[in-house]
Amino acid sequence: MTHVLLRHRDIPDINTLNVYKKNGGFDAFKRAVTKMKPTEVTDVVKNSGLRGRGGAGFPTGMKWAFIDNRNWPHYVVANADESEPGTFKDREIMEGNPFQFLEGVAIASYAIGANVAYVYLRGEFWQVAAFLDEKIAEMEEAGYLGNKLFGTDYSLKIYTHLGAGAYICGEETALLESLEGKRGQPRVRPPFPPSYGLYGKPTVINNVETLANVPMILANGADWYKSMGTADSAGVKIFSLSGRVRKPGNYELPFGATFRELIYEHGMGIQEGRSVKAIMPAGASSSLIVVDDKVLDTPMDYATVRTLGADLGSASVIVLDDTVDIDWVVNKTIHFFKHESCGKCTPCREGNYWMRHLTERIHSGGGSSGDVDLLLNVAKQMQGKCLCALGEFSTMAVVTGIERFPQDFKKA
Amino acid sequence: MSLEKKYPKEIKQILSKYPPEHKRSAVMPLLYLAQREEGYITKEAMKDIAHLLDITETDVASIVGFYTLYHDKREGKYRMQVCTDLPCALRGADEFLENLCENLGIKVGETTEDGLVTLESVMCLAACDRAPMFQTQGPDGIKYHEYMTVDRTMELIEALKKAESEVEK
Repeated sequence: MTHVLLRHRDIPDINTLNVYKKNGGFDAFKRAVTKMKPTEVTDVVKNSGLRGRGGAGFPTGMKWAFIDNRNWPHYVVANADESEPGTFKDREIMEGNPFQFLEGVAIASYAIGANVAYVYLRGEFWQVAAFLDEKIAEMEEAGYLGNKLFGTDYSLKIYTHLGAGAYICGEETALLESLEGKRGQPRVRPPFPPSYGLYGKPTVINNVETLANVPMILANGADWYKSMGTADSAGVKIFSLSGRVRKPGNYELPFGATFRELIYEHGMGIQEGRSVKAIMPAGASSSLIVVDDKVLDTPMDYATVRTLGADLGSASVIVLDDTVDIDWVVNKTIHFFKHESCGKCTPCREGNYWMRHLTERIHSGGGSSGDVDLLLNVAKQMQGKCLCALGEFSTMAVVTGIERFPQDFKKA
Repeated sequence: MSLEKKYPKEIKQILSKYPPEHKRSAVMPLLYLAQREEGYITKEAMKDIAHLLDITETDVASIVGFYTLYHDKREGKYRMQVCTDLPCALRGADEFLENLCENLGIKVGETTEDGLVTLESVMCLAACDRAPMFQTQGPDGIKYHEYMTVDRTMELIEALKKAESEVEK
């Protein structure tokens, strides 16, 4: 299969400007700016069925159309804060196929009338940011960024901005706070970023992978894009496969590919020939799916995975084999969320603190008989009460772990 | 010397990224700049940044405290930050870190006697398919080291040591 996003795997040196250009690079952006109205660009993206790849799956064109045209200036912010345990796709896009991503940022900016766009990268992507800065400078030199592009009145600057180690900054309003030079703590919503975003101005925030799709959609049309994937989830997705598989890595597949195809064909099966016990399809934020043949043959799209009692999210598929104890898994995920809770809202801050005590005690074998019930109780009390999704996510593995794998919590 | 005197060009470049009326946005890149040489941010540097951005020292300190990649005290010249989150742990990260501790003769959170390396256990670094892995945070920024073994890590530390003694000469 030729790739739509991971094109560097098919085309050597596509991360250089000349090779990218030779392969149709910047044609879509140029055509948009010189021949299309911003609303026409948004319509193409809307019709393609593209949904946000950061985890929420919100329709991208609809998000762009929500932008408030009574309040200016507008901003585009690319979310490159990739921090969900199990997710490592955006980094590969930015390193391997950076111009396609940056062209996506440029097209999104034109569509909503933004003259400045920021790429917010997690601080650990220090080297990636330096690399993108070089690529942005090359685009400026070649006339793809800067003032009065292609002889029109449209101007655009793109800047990178490094975070400094905080998972919460992947949450869009926390990201905006961080970009404004504050602690990365989520805002109370509404208002949402398309009406009140960066510096209080209308802002579109899109994930790196989402934006990398955009030039290809504009170049090949909405129908081409919709011809891939499923009715619910159009197009292709990068699945980050990790855990106990033989060949972990990123695999770009159309939505609707099955777990079996991902794990056994691409991931080459399970280490030491063991069997799959559980799957977390959305990283550490995921519900745990009990695996049987039916589950392995389930097509991976947003709607179908939901029928298994989990969300596909960012499609960071963590595979757990039959040697893994689920109480250990839950202890690991809670350790993560306890560390990453920003402290702003009480249920998440206190809930994760207490859950951490309980999972540690249960895992070490020192728990009392009531600890598992208490843990479940704390998690359920948090649900629906947190300011942002982090708190909700932290309870997923706890609740589904205890309810779907009760035998693994019996030692308490 | 104040930050402003030391890095006038860098500061100007950083400030140019953000609207002048929202220059507070520059606090994070300025903190990286302040941390560059000593590996931590001094009280004086926080004061300089507060002054540059018209915010309080408390504002600056609250940013330093919130984000894990900023440090307010001197530790090893290089921080070796091993990811032990779930996907890495499924590929042997915990055992890797344990063996590394044994080889270095220090515990997690401690610094080698020569002050070169502080060993830390950190959250997901988005390299789950290349575990065991860690990043080094030092004067030359942040670098990833992937598909690591204890032997290769010890070699890396030896190389850092050697570079260090050459600088001293």
